[in-house]
Amino acid sequence: MSKKPLQFTLNGSPTAVFANGGANLLDVLRREVGDLTPKYGCGQGTCGTCTILIDGEPHLGCLTLAESVEGRSVETTGGLANGPDLHPLQKEFMEGFAAQCGFCTPGMLMAAKALLDQNPRPSREEVVEAISGNICRCTGYESIIDAILRASGQNVGRAV
Amino acid sequence: MITVDNFNSVAEGANALSSGGRYYGGGTLVMRDANYAEENLERIVRVSDPTLNEIRTQGNRQILGAGVTMAQIIRTRETEHLSDVAKAVGGPAIRSAATLGGNLFAPNPYGDFAVAMLALDGIVSVTGAGEQGIEQFLASRDSFAGIVQNVSLAVPDRGTFRFRKVSRIKPKGVSVMSIATWLPQSAGRISNARIAFGVMGPHPIRAKAAEQALEGAQLDETTVDRAVTTLNNDLRPMDDAIASGWYRSEVAPIHLKRMLLERSG
Repeated sequence: MSKKPLQFTLNGSPTAVFANGGANLLDVLRREVGDLTPKYGCGQGTCGTCTILIDGEPHLGCLTLAESVEGRSVETTGGLANGPDLHPLQKEFMEGFAAQCGFCTPGMLMAAKALLDQNPRPSREEVVEAISGNICRCTGYESIIDAILRASGQNVGRAV
Repeated sequence: MITVDNFNSVAEGANALSSGGRYYGGGTLVMRDANYAEENLERIVRVSDPTLNEIRTQGNRQILGAGVTMAQIIRTRETEHLSDVAKAVGGPAIRSAATLGGNLFAPNPYGDFAVAMLALDGIVSVTGAGEQGIEQFLASRDSFAGIVQNVSLAVPDRGTFRFRKVSRIKPKGVSVMSIATWLPQSAGRISNARIAFGVMGPHPIRAKAAEQALEGAQLDETTVDRAVTTLNNDLRPMDDAIASGWYRSEVAPIHLKRMLLERSG
C-alpha cells in the first residue's frame, strides 16, 4: 500500500508521519503516531469516542481522511493534562465519578473541551447538546453533565 | 489500496470522477465505506475549491456551496432560519464535517437537511450539467456521477418555514421521519405550499396532495384536517430498525397537524 507524508500539529507539537492512502485520522493517530487516547468504537460516526479537535472544532477521527489535516492543528485527550496537572475537565470527571468503564471518556472530554473553549459558562441544555453525539452506556450521563458544569465553575451537586 | 487524488477546482475534480472514484465531501459517507468496505473503494477524489464553501444571497434566494457544513450554517447569520435544521443533523462533531451536498445523497434514515432543501424549492447546480430541480435530482440521485457545485434555496418570509425531526431518543436520535413545510401566504391565504417528508419514501419526497388541500385556504383546523387525510396518497414509508412503515404512516398525519397548527397559533 502506498503511503503519503503527512505533517500536522498534535497537541501543540509538530508531527510528521507516513499515512496509508485512504486511512482515517484515528488509525493514523493510534498506529503511526502512537497516541492511543482517542478510542476506536463504531467506525461509522455513531458513538463519538474518537472525538478530537481539528483547528478547535470537534471532529470524529474515524470519519476524517487523515490527509485532510495536513498543516492543521489536532488536539486529543493526550494533550489535556499539563504534566502531572490534570485539566479541570479531567479532574471533575475523576472526582465526580463521571467515568465507569471509561471507553467513552476521551470523546466526552474532547466534546466538552470544544464546548468550554467557545462557551465558558454553558447552560445544562448546552452541555447536553454538546455531548449529544457521544454515547455512554454506563453512567446515565448525569454525572458527566455535572462534571462539565463544575469544570466551567458552576456549583452543581456531586454524584455520590 | 485506496488512491486519494486532490484537485483545486470542481471542474478538474468532476473530470477526474468521470473515470471512476468516489467524491469526498465531508467524509461522513465515504469514510464509513473506507472503514467497512474498503474492497469496494479504490479511489477517492477531493476538491479544495473555495467556491464550494460560499454562502451568498441573490434576490430572494440563497446560493449555498455544496461543501458548506452544518456547523457553518449554524454560525452564519444569513442562514439563521436554517439553524434548527442543521442542529438536527448528528452531534457537533458530525456537524463539523457533514455537508449540504452530502445530505443530498445520504440514504434513509439520514439526510434531514435535504428535506428542508426540498421544501425550500431547491435548485441543484451540477458542474458541467447545469441546474436541476431538487425533486428530480433526488429521484435520480442513485445514478448521479458528477459533483454538485451548490444549491439555490428560497429565503422564506419569517414564520412561513418550519422543520421538525421526529425521533425516539432525546435529545438526539435517528429520524422516524423529518418534516419541512414552507407555506407562503398572500392576503391571509396559503399560496404555493410545499410540504416535504424525509424517511417516508426511498428519498425525501413532497406531500403534493396535502399541499393542494392547503392551496388558497386559511390555515385553520378544518383545512389542516383535510390536508393530513391525504398524506397516504404520496408517502411510501418503509420498515427499518427505527420504526415500521405502518407506524410511520399512522403518526405522520399527527405530527404534520401539530406542526401546521403550532405555526398558525
